[in-house]
Amino acid sequence: MDTFKRVLKHMRPHWYLLALAIMLMGLLTLAGMVRPMLSKLLIDRVIKGEHYDELAYVALGFLAVALFRGVFNYLRQMAGQNFGQRVIYDLRNRLYERLQYLGFTYYDNARTGQIMSRLTSDVEWLRHFISFGIVDFFDFIFMVGFALVILFSIEWRLALVSMATMPFLVFLVFRFDKQIRPAFRSIRKQMADLNSVLQENITGVRAVKAFAREPHEKDKFEGENSEYRTKQLTAVDIWSTFFPFMDLMSGVSTVAVLWYGGTLVIQQAITLGDLVAFIGYIGYLIWPIRMLGWLVNLYEQAMAAAERLFELLDEPSSVTDAPDAIELKNVEGRVTFKNVSFSYHEKDSPALVDINIDAPAGSTVALLGTTGAGKTSLVNLIPRFYDPVDGEVLVDGHNVRDVTQNSLRENIGIVLQETFLFSTTIRENITYGRRDSSMEEIISAAKAAQAHDFISDLPQGYDTIVGERGLGLSGGQKQRVAIARALLVDPRILILDDSTSSVDMVTELQIQRALNRVMEGRTTFVIAHRLSTIKNADEILVLEEGRIVEHGTHHELIRESGIYREIYKVQFKDQEEVFASQQGDDSVAG
Amino acid sequence: MQDNSDQKPPSAGTEQSRKKQAEQSKASHSSRGKLDTRERFQYKEEEAIVKDFDWSQFKRLLHYTVPYKGMVAIALVLMLLAAGSMLIGPYLTKLAIDTAIEPGNLQQLNYIAVAYLSIYVLNFIATSFRIKLTARVGQNILYDMRKKLFAHIQDLSFRFYDSRPAGKIMVRLTSDIESLNNLLSNGIVNVLSDIFLLIGILTIMMSMHFKLTLASMITLPFLVILSTRLRFLVRMGWRRVRRKVSTINAHLNESISGIRVTQSFTQEENNKEFFDGINEDYRSTFMSTIRLNAMFGPLVEITGALGTTIVIWYGTNLLIDGVLTVGSLVAFVSYLGRFWEPISRMGDFYNQLLVAMASSERIFDYLDTEPDVTDSPNAWQLPSIDGRVTFDDVYFAYEKDRYVLQDINLDVAPGETIALVGHTGAGKTSIINLICRFYDPSKGRVLIDGHDLSQVTLPSLRSQIGMVLQETFLFSGTIADNIRYGNLAASEDDIIAAAKAVNAHDFIMQLGDGYDTEVQERGTRLSVGQRQLLSFARALIGNPRILILDEATSSIDTQTEILIQDALKRLLKGRTSFVVAHRLSTIRNADRIVVLEDGLIKEVGTHQQLFDDQGIYYNLLRAQFKFLEEVS
Repeated sequence: MDTFKRVLKHMRPHWYLLALAIMLMGLLTLAGMVRPMLSKLLIDRVIKGEHYDELAYVALGFLAVALFRGVFNYLRQMAGQNFGQRVIYDLRNRLYERLQYLGFTYYDNARTGQIMSRLTSDVEWLRHFISFGIVDFFDFIFMVGFALVILFSIEWRLALVSMATMPFLVFLVFRFDKQIRPAFRSIRKQMADLNSVLQENITGVRAVKAFAREPHEKDKFEGENSEYRTKQLTAVDIWSTFFPFMDLMSGVSTVAVLWYGGTLVIQQAITLGDLVAFIGYIGYLIWPIRMLGWLVNLYEQAMAAAERLFELLDEPSSVTDAPDAIELKNVEGRVTFKNVSFSYHEKDSPALVDINIDAPAGSTVALLGTTGAGKTSLVNLIPRFYDPVDGEVLVDGHNVRDVTQNSLRENIGIVLQETFLFSTTIRENITYGRRDSSMEEIISAAKAAQAHDFISDLPQGYDTIVGERGLGLSGGQKQRVAIARALLVDPRILILDDSTSSVDMVTELQIQRALNRVMEGRTTFVIAHRLSTIKNADEILVLEEGRIVEHGTHHELIRESGIYREIYKVQFKDQEEVFASQQGDDSVAG
Repeated sequence: MQDNSDQKPPSAGTEQSRKKQAEQSKASHSSRGKLDTRERFQYKEEEAIVKDFDWSQFKRLLHYTVPYKGMVAIALVLMLLAAGSMLIGPYLTKLAIDTAIEPGNLQQLNYIAVAYLSIYVLNFIATSFRIKLTARVGQNILYDMRKKLFAHIQDLSFRFYDSRPAGKIMVRLTSDIESLNNLLSNGIVNVLSDIFLLIGILTIMMSMHFKLTLASMITLPFLVILSTRLRFLVRMGWRRVRRKVSTINAHLNESISGIRVTQSFTQEENNKEFFDGINEDYRSTFMSTIRLNAMFGPLVEITGALGTTIVIWYGTNLLIDGVLTVGSLVAFVSYLGRFWEPISRMGDFYNQLLVAMASSERIFDYLDTEPDVTDSPNAWQLPSIDGRVTFDDVYFAYEKDRYVLQDINLDVAPGETIALVGHTGAGKTSIINLICRFYDPSKGRVLIDGHDLSQVTLPSLRSQIGMVLQETFLFSGTIADNIRYGNLAASEDDIIAAAKAVNAHDFIMQLGDGYDTEVQERGTRLSVGQRQLLSFARALIGNPRILILDEATSSIDTQTEILIQDALKRLLKGRTSFVVAHRLSTIRNADRIVVLEDGLIKEVGTHQQLFDDQGIYYNLLRAQFKFLEEVS
């Protein structure tokens, strides 16, 4: 009920459209009720009463009713749909806004598919209910109410007879609803299972083929496929009895009225016209009841959908601006971590423990460590994507919690581990953070990121559309576009979460060169696996299980017998050994 | 309503099932007068193909009903029975009025009531069975199609998957097939019964009064022309709406995937503005379609009423003249009312048919795609191999005449380790693809132990090759299941032995349920390195004679790699192996290094030989080393 109240709240700004739709629905139904009365007039007065001169009025009456109904019907649909669309338009904007501002914590745990299904199918269910459900519910009342009043006013005994099957029908509707719901639920579940087998098979096709497991996969799919058919047929068997039975019941009512009404006509208790009108009204009693099951179902589906949507709207942002947050201005770029500890979830083991860093403006800090050692967690605290559990992160001496997120992040350029480009032109991607840039600025950022050359070689240059559905760029190219994007905002602080690992040596070289130029004069935090990237950092931090276990410059660390030296040996020794003998020749040749 | 399992989320167009259109064309949505004239994001709108009805394709679709023709025939008979019984209804009312009520014959009224009731019961039984039958026919056909299509795409080669995103293939197997349901189960039976109904109604009406029937039909052509035109416009409208929906969905999807970039660059407000634009665009497109769609009901009702008015006018006059009875008039109006229903249903059927045609075209397109790599008719089982791999004058192109490999000649002895070196696009992965016969060479032959690969069966070949791919794909299931994927017959002990051999046993035992720990598709609970170790175990358990490592260690941090190196040595021992890697340490240990450039083998030799030759390999190393110096 609370959910319904909240839905009502969302409908309030456009209530007049709903009121209009309900009013028009009432008029529409009322106009329909005139028809059986006209039939009665025709039979009793025009034909039996031989008032043939009135035939024209009756005949035109039928036409007038249809015209009125046509107009009401059209306007009702427009009002209802308009209402639904407006409410949903607002809601969709609100949901989108919420999504834009939800913190990283939310997205770490959410799956894209799930959020998408809320925004698409849940929103659609709710829209359906808002556009039709509410108005149809009122129509239910209108039809039954009007019909009963008219029927009882004609002949109360016959009215009772025509109503005889109603309680039974209502009972059936609710029982059916109860039976069919689990059946449909299991269909949906099986559909999801079938889809996930399918999805896994298609995305994992290389593995399937490499191991020649096609027959195994066919069996797996076959099982789900056949189960899906079974589930579908279970549901069919339920409603294949129900709906025809509803028809049978309405048939029984019709026959009962014809029989008992016929008797009454013969006894001259009612006229033939009354009987014909009566038969005409039965539909107004039966139809709404058939609709009842659908309405109840729609209501429940819509409320369940609405609940999921409100859940999303209510989802608190993990990171919010303090009420008295100040704008961070004239940033120099000093970054300080004071006793910082952090964990993603209360129950999880801490991702960072007691981190202390003081990076002067313009310095380079390199982070090294295994997957899961806490490198990305550490840099994510600087733009305040998360708040530390303990300690504080300071930029130019300001706690990042005390400044607005916008002013903080505008001063930070980030190249994320997973390069993401949007479906738009390369130019739009580069200017993503600063839309008012001139073409010169764009080109100079691209040049600094070593991206200008390959972009110019593309047939449409900077106007080439990239992204999921656009032209496929190689990993190295994407990364350089992402670097240009970060550069264009001219940040004081730069965060480079490396992923040059899967590009070949030459590309890596190009990216490294780009990065070196980019880092000049900015406070830089760089994460890398390759020592080549981080060798000349002002400070190298080696992380292990969330702690800083080694720190110092390359030359300091190389002298200690720690993890850094171990890694150094693996990565460099080969090359140094191989080339050691060549050094002499080199100087001659060079 | 009654034949409609109304449980799927309702689509934007109530009667239109939503579907993706196959053909695409570039079309960005119109500018909406925002501050900026440039579009922030651009999405290709999926363009619909407007095609005529294709009779041969329809026949091909109908062919799927052949195994169930018995059921279809019975369903049809039941349908006719039900339709027929419903035809008698108004006639019985007429009889009741004319022969029982007006003359005051109670007995007759009783008979008629009983007859009427039994007709309803008959209708109930017939309809109930008919629904069960048609649903079975429909579901069986969908089942058959899914099975056939899935089996077919399993056999398709990489070439097929290369050019299509996974989502698109999914749609073919799910919603495209699902959208045939209505047509195959009810559509065809319905339309036949509707034709029967129309003929029946017309016959009865004409038998009652010919001229009155003609008069009542005056509005029919008018209705048909108007509604056909309207239907076309509405269909175009829904198509536009679907395109707007897919733009919204594409953007939503992307804004979720790219949320970290958005928040990093504080673009939330700008994105909201963009979204508001496409949201409004959708709403207005929807409403302009509704403006047309909402005319259907009134149109049918008003033209129907026009016919009724004519009947009442003319009929009453006939009645006054004594040509027609009251009962006949009532029955006539009632029949006329029933006449419009099948007509508008047939209009819907036409829409349904178009939807189904578009879907089936896409399905057949997949079914007609032949696998490029198939077992030749007289292919033999590759016997247990030693592992000699020979490339004999091999040329290869993914696209016609654009060779990615040329003139490849290579003879690899059993047990030898070959490192493939070269830039991205030099042809390393293509060489590997040919060894596994994921593709066939355009020219030349690839041989294993002297057997031409195009002459042996695929399973016998691939079961003797182990592959560790760059990106480890884990199937949902337990860790044991995933290792077993390499050899379905492996025992628990085999699995543990394989895990131990690649240093994976320890971390597996640390997981909550050990080998029974469930992992997901993306393997979120495991680190990249751990997943890689599992994939080593999976390759090892099949005890392959040939092993392929395609950049298997590139995305692993150095510390994990030290662990893996150890496993790697054990893995490679005694097997012919092909290794694609960038790390010098991995490359150096190979027996021979093959340097590729632009699809040609440029250098072959040991590390020392190639280094001394001072060729491409030497320069590659130098480039890397020079860079190291540069940054030091």
